[in-house]
Amino acid sequence: MVELKVKIGDLEFKNPVMTASGTFGYGEEFEDFIDVGKLGGFVVKGTTGEPREGNPYPRMAETASGMLNTVGLQNKGVEYFTEKIYPGIRQYDTNIIVNVSGSTYKEYAEVAEKINELDDIPAIELNISCPNVNKGGMVFGTDPSIAAEVTSLIRKVYKKTLIVKLSPNVTDITEIAKAVEGAGADAVSLINTLLGMAIDAETGKPVLSTVTGGLSGPAIKPVALRMVWQTSKAVKIPVIGIGGIMNTTDAVEFFLAGATAIQAGTANFIDPQISIRIIKGLEEFMIRHKVFSIHDIIGNLKI
Amino acid sequence: MKKKIQNIEVSGIERLNEEHFLLNLYSKTNLPEILPGQFAQILIENSRTTFLRRPFSVHNISYSNNTITFLVQIVGDGTRSLSRLREGDMVSIVYPLGNSFTMGAEDNVLLVGGGCGVAPLLFLARYLYENGHKMTILIGGKTRKDILRIREYQKYGNVLITTEDGSLGEKGLVTQHPLLQAFDLEFDKIYTCGPELMMKAVGEMAKIRNIECEVSLERIMACGIGACLCCVIDTPDGNRCVCTEGPVFNVNELKW
Repeated sequence: MVELKVKIGDLEFKNPVMTASGTFGYGEEFEDFIDVGKLGGFVVKGTTGEPREGNPYPRMAETASGMLNTVGLQNKGVEYFTEKIYPGIRQYDTNIIVNVSGSTYKEYAEVAEKINELDDIPAIELNISCPNVNKGGMVFGTDPSIAAEVTSLIRKVYKKTLIVKLSPNVTDITEIAKAVEGAGADAVSLINTLLGMAIDAETGKPVLSTVTGGLSGPAIKPVALRMVWQTSKAVKIPVIGIGGIMNTTDAVEFFLAGATAIQAGTANFIDPQISIRIIKGLEEFMIRHKVFSIHDIIGNLKI
Repeated sequence: MKKKIQNIEVSGIERLNEEHFLLNLYSKTNLPEILPGQFAQILIENSRTTFLRRPFSVHNISYSNNTITFLVQIVGDGTRSLSRLREGDMVSIVYPLGNSFTMGAEDNVLLVGGGCGVAPLLFLARYLYENGHKMTILIGGKTRKDILRIREYQKYGNVLITTEDGSLGEKGLVTQHPLLQAFDLEFDKIYTCGPELMMKAVGEMAKIRNIECEVSLERIMACGIGACLCCVIDTPDGNRCVCTEGPVFNVNELKW
């Protein structure tokens, strides 16, 4: 059989396919459709120090080949996660990664510290790129020095694998990637959503309650591919590719661009089995191309 | 109740008028248990503007024939594309989703539907009827052509009609029907589905008269399975997902 194992930091993944934060709930939502344990990993939705109600409805607008969302990090907080959610999901035979969010350095650190104590959470994804919150989120991910500062702060309190999720809403994403690499990140994941907006011409009003939101889906794939390619050349740490991956072919494109692993996001909404289909599809692709290891595809773009 | 994703065969499209049609689907395998008020997420292919699945409440089912029926209003490119499906085509559906209307010991209930909001009420009416409940069904629309499936509803109870232009039944809004204007409503429970303003008005009438009332909400949805948190309704308990905690809510659970 083909070899799909990859490593991010010290952490081994049985395959390079994960599901993206905010698109997969806590995994339980997909239990009727897939064996969650077959995934390389999954990223739990954005978890903050205090519970958050998120943004008002409407929170979603469908756009050409994609969707805008402004959920605004609705979650019940880190304590609720550790006490109520974690005991029910910790037995999944996969890498459960918690997406850590916050409005202040202190909040990020508090969440990371609490997650650090959970034996069956081997990694966090530091979210410095949420476009839908007033304070924090993307603010931390658009300035290289602030991104480095929050990363090194978390590096001090979080002892396991630290992934930093980057925003595409910057002039040069490689600057941010290099900054967080220097501050001790084990990997970067990119891209988070692209800031966008939708307007209803009939009513003259914005479609989303917060006017702007984050664009995801196939519409952003070319941008994501470009950024993954640039970043993978700029840093030594692994890059996790995210952005409009809807099928195996899309995933292969991200590996070729230099991604060590990928996350399927919006695709989960359309096909709740897509993550597993991509894993099977990768095996078939590799057999068809007579490639033994996924490492023979990663970064193997022929220019 | 286990949710599933299934490629299912189109057994026919029945045009009701230029704007509405029935989408009949046939499953080669036995249907899962589906309850009134539940919905399915249908993938619409061959539509350039439709990227996500679309939620449709179940209009009727037949376990003996393994068929599910959806009542669909053509409102855009996606629903138009659905209307062009042919017998034998396959569609991908995720179902059964959401909670359901609840049924207690009430022996006299009222169903209030507006426009295409009557969709889940037929399945409900049949279910109530088969369980020995007596019911009145009040249906409103803008005009005659918006009043759909009357003969079907008549199988299960007394049907009353309103149209805004008076082209059928009483003239006016469904909430202006003399039945609802009476102070002493003799119903034990009211179920309603339709435009939100209509449901709010019905809910208000029920609250004033201390009658239990269940409403089926419609929300812009992405996943339909509680993962994306897009389809929320603001309630006294915070934002709740219409796809998993609804679509049916007791009116007392809402901020209405």
